[in-house]
Amino acid sequence: MLEILKQPMPWYIAGPLIGLMVPLLLILGNKPFGISSSLRHICAACIPSKIPFFQYNWKEESWNLFLIAGIVIGGYIAAAFLIDMNAVNVNPNLAKALSRYGIDNYQTLVPQQIFNWPALFTARGLIMIVGGGFLVGFGTRYAGGCTSGHAIMGLSNLQWPSLVATICFMAGGFFMANILLPIILTL
Amino acid sequence: MRQATEIYTKPDTDFEIVSLHPGYKHSDKKHPFIFNLRFLVMGIFFGILLVKSEVISWFRIQEMFRLQSFHMYGVIGSAVVTGIISVWLIKRFNIKTISGEEIFIPSKKFHKGQIFGGLLFGFGWALTGACPGPMFAQIGSGALVTTVALLSAIAGTWVYGLFKESLPH
Repeated sequence: MLEILKQPMPWYIAGPLIGLMVPLLLILGNKPFGISSSLRHICAACIPSKIPFFQYNWKEESWNLFLIAGIVIGGYIAAAFLIDMNAVNVNPNLAKALSRYGIDNYQTLVPQQIFNWPALFTARGLIMIVGGGFLVGFGTRYAGGCTSGHAIMGLSNLQWPSLVATICFMAGGFFMANILLPIILTL
Repeated sequence: MRQATEIYTKPDTDFEIVSLHPGYKHSDKKHPFIFNLRFLVMGIFFGILLVKSEVISWFRIQEMFRLQSFHMYGVIGSAVVTGIISVWLIKRFNIKTISGEEIFIPSKKFHKGQIFGGLLFGFGWALTGACPGPMFAQIGSGALVTTVALLSAIAGTWVYGLFKESLPH
């Protein structure tokens, strides 16, 4: 039984269970699913400023901070007890492309050859970790949501602005992964 | 709670902060800690799913954007279908919360930020291989360098707040 649990979860089980977050949050707490707003609450709570965007009672939204604390704990539990870390199964075409940049270690879900502490002192690591992180924070708030808030919650409620946002997430991702990232990876 | 609505009076372009919506009634004020504990448990459930389905993997995100695997499309697609059915059922049968309240789902208005911000987030998603949820799950799973990406994301959110009024919306 535990062996089955340790296998990677197929999409047709994981997807519907992730989708269940929508009714769970609504029925158990009357909250819309959305993770990226936690970043706004952290700004409002921790960075003193007179910026109107952060002048609101973040304590009313503390549920969101409990949710992200739970995600960190869940990530730990899954990695420590529920997963067999042999190697991540990677599409051979991707593996071939990545081997050109010296990335051939698939032991971890997050590739250690790109995402490591010394990498922060290289142009590649700086762009991917610091630059990428910045774009995630800036872009999600500018768009008013992320994959959970727009692509899952917004689309579940048939909000067409969320469809526009989701299409733009994908368009941006396609452009970065296929056009710019191959250049960045050579740095 | 009313106060919060009044403090932030600029036209809202975010729509995610329910306590800022005029029509919203806050749930279960009597036991805030017990109330919040529910969200901690839901977060644990979500965090486990993100790791187990490999959604937190940079490789899976690259495969998605390079059209080399169906996995991520399957996960997001079936999550959306489940969500659509759930929201439809909630509206159709007027399902209430467990404390008997009317369920409130904020609607969203279109603005250009959804395009510009969406594209910028797409760039960041492909670079880091993580959207905000998976970032937290990555940190929990032991990829501690993601803490730097997360701090940078918080900085990005702050810089957006700083320049919000001069950006096209």
